[in-house]
Amino acid sequence: MSLFSDVPQAPPVAVFKLTADFREDTHPQKVNLGVGAYRTDDCQPWVLPVVKKVERLIVEDESLNHEYLPILGLPEFRSAASKVALGDDSPAIKENRVGGVQALGGTGALRIGAEFLRRWYNGVNNAATPVYVSAPTWENHNGVFADAGFKDIRPYHYWDAAQRGLDLTGFLDDLEKAPEYSIFVLHACAHNPTGTDPTQEEWKQIAEVMKRRKLYVFFDSAYQGFASGSLEKDAWAIRFFVSEGFELFIAQSFSKNFGLYNERVGNLTVVSKDNENLTRVLSQMEKIVRTTWSNPPSQGARIVSKTLNSPELFEEWKGNVKTMADRVLLMRDQLKAKLQALGTPGTWDHITQQIGMFSFTGLTPKQVEYMIKEKHVYLMASGRINMCGLTSKNIDYVAQSIHEAVTKVQ
Amino acid sequence: MSLFSEVPQAAPVAVFKLTQDFNNDQFPNKVNLGVGAYRTDEGQPWVLPVVKKVEKIIVHDDRLNHEYLPILGLPEFRSSASKIVLGDNSPAIQENRVGAVQCLGGTGALKIGAEFLRRFYNGSNNTKTPIYVSAPTWENHNAVFSSAGFEDVRPYRYWDAEKRGLDLAGFLGDLESCPEHSVFVLHACAHNPTGTDPTQEQWKQIAEVMMRRKLFAFFDSAYQGFASGSLEKDAWAVRYFVSSGFEMFCAQSFSKNFGLYNERVGNLTVVARDADNLKRVLSQMEKIVRITWSNPPSQGARIVTITLTSPELFSEWQENVKTMANRVLLMRSQLKAKLQALGTPGTWDHITNQIGMFSFTGLNPKQVEYLVKEKHIYLMASSRINMCGLTTKNIDYVAESIHEAVTKVQ
Repeated sequence: MSLFSDVPQAPPVAVFKLTADFREDTHPQKVNLGVGAYRTDDCQPWVLPVVKKVERLIVEDESLNHEYLPILGLPEFRSAASKVALGDDSPAIKENRVGGVQALGGTGALRIGAEFLRRWYNGVNNAATPVYVSAPTWENHNGVFADAGFKDIRPYHYWDAAQRGLDLTGFLDDLEKAPEYSIFVLHACAHNPTGTDPTQEEWKQIAEVMKRRKLYVFFDSAYQGFASGSLEKDAWAIRFFVSEGFELFIAQSFSKNFGLYNERVGNLTVVSKDNENLTRVLSQMEKIVRTTWSNPPSQGARIVSKTLNSPELFEEWKGNVKTMADRVLLMRDQLKAKLQALGTPGTWDHITQQIGMFSFTGLTPKQVEYMIKEKHVYLMASGRINMCGLTSKNIDYVAQSIHEAVTKVQ
Repeated sequence: MSLFSEVPQAAPVAVFKLTQDFNNDQFPNKVNLGVGAYRTDEGQPWVLPVVKKVEKIIVHDDRLNHEYLPILGLPEFRSSASKIVLGDNSPAIQENRVGAVQCLGGTGALKIGAEFLRRFYNGSNNTKTPIYVSAPTWENHNAVFSSAGFEDVRPYRYWDAEKRGLDLAGFLGDLESCPEHSVFVLHACAHNPTGTDPTQEQWKQIAEVMMRRKLFAFFDSAYQGFASGSLEKDAWAVRYFVSSGFEMFCAQSFSKNFGLYNERVGNLTVVARDADNLKRVLSQMEKIVRITWSNPPSQGARIVTITLTSPELFSEWQENVKTMANRVLLMRSQLKAKLQALGTPGTWDHITNQIGMFSFTGLNPKQVEYLVKEKHIYLMASSRINMCGLTTKNIDYVAESIHEAVTKVQ
């Protein structure tokens, strides 16, 4: 008899199960369009050249040791990370009302922010505050906020399947109807999984309602630079909200734009009304960090910090980011062109209108199943594909397979 | 008006506040006997030579990339870490009933274990299961378990202040009188903060009661190798419990024995009745990890893995560990000798009877205050000193200061 006899088997995380199935598949033309990590045109992981360079600098630097970082993380990392999101000339930073908590990737930043809000936002320990996440959204958003204690996690209208675009009306309507003080998790750019972002005008409308109805802004920023190739462009929405005077959180991930997935580099940027409030907020976040991971890991933060704080390395990094963004844009162009050339039924403009790593193809569950089982092309049940999985060598096969799926399967 | 006007300032973590005060102190002979990190005889942090060597190996290995680790961590790390604590020939490992979760240091391992137990141990979501931590214990134990949701965290008798030793009768008394199925957090060796461990005979008595009364053993192992210099010796209690047939957890930290404090290298070893139960437990732990940090950081785990799995590097590591342990033992001998030579009132055998990084000097709060304020020697209010803070250059000053404190202050 075991103490754990009644512990049920948990289902695997879908995206990792997909990759596990892909690995076991022996079909020579198999393609993995599942998990969200960048791949080169040879379908290989890519360690950014600037990262390789900085790793060497770190290992040669005799002045570095492995003493505990402060609980809130490496100070130079936190400030450089927040600066990347808010901009060098950010008035909020100049006004000393911006702080950061180095966290374990974007997930860790979301988690610390969620734990803080559940304890201290909209009352004390108000687990009933509604948390809104987009329909659809990254599959882990719900779980992170639920485990932080929030009891009421709801979807807000976002993806219009019929139009294959943003359901702005539905979104604005949910904003108008949400209880005051509700928390909204917003994707800063390159929405996961739809790749569909509001335009600047649409963001302005969203911000207006949120301000009027006292809704809390919690940005998830996992693709800055990666989406358009420009750090500034991809941070426009965040910076607009800050300039509108919101107190807000930004969960930043450096997994994708630095290719540092497994070193868990993230930052929770906190924008407060003033320095005094910021200080108290950070002190409470410190307590939360202490009972979760005590203090954060150094390696990834050092790499990012050195890069962001050195003008030359910073330029080199931007070049590396553009390389990734440009390859994705090229694959988008080519996929759409090939589908149009094949005369595949439907419109395929959304492939080039969408931005970032992912595209919501619009394929139905049956069509997705056909792709996987018959064509050995692996994608999420939602129809989401990772553009990074496409290469000049497999794009014809993928376009052909989509064509078959759409024409043969309803 | 800020959304966070009502958020109170949190008190700083005591041990870090102490170091901060120390850093601000201008006194030339100041000594920091607070925070638990190893120092050389020059009072400097020490990057283990084997770590430096392996970091170079890693940076020059072009086969390595930064792709996400599995949620449960680097497989070779998990298995070699569990092997280190349970032994190469562990029957439990051979029986395939040992598993592990790579975590963020010892704190992260405690956290994941606590979160799992709260959800699945002694019923479902039974937040009332009592958690017993030693009196005294590491200051973060209580908070990790309460933030995991446990409502009833209680002390078990441990330190006998008068005898300056283990209160075995009190400890066994608490084991006999506590509710069945209570969880006990046990220090595998080098008890923090007292440095006082049960003998093998005493561990056997403890285990007997725990088995009979169905109490859950949750070991905290942060000093394996560091305490006595011998990995086997320091793991005796954990291995004894496993051989007695307990299903149990062991939160391992590699912060101290690898000097990798800031890379957050930890492992939650799970010993279950059989492979089937183990599998279900790990699947649920995976869910908990996913919403906390998603997947763990790579660098520290790679360093530890390469070291543990290479016979040469493993031997070199054992030597480095012995170097640290021996310096601590030397400081213990010398401090006791000097206090005895000074004729300082009281007995000082406990300094050499105690083991590991810490010593519970037995100084009262006023005497501690005297040391900090008058002598600029920084130690915890509990009278805990970090032996690593002692060097051949400051030990006379420290001994004299203790002498003054004991003779002048009541």
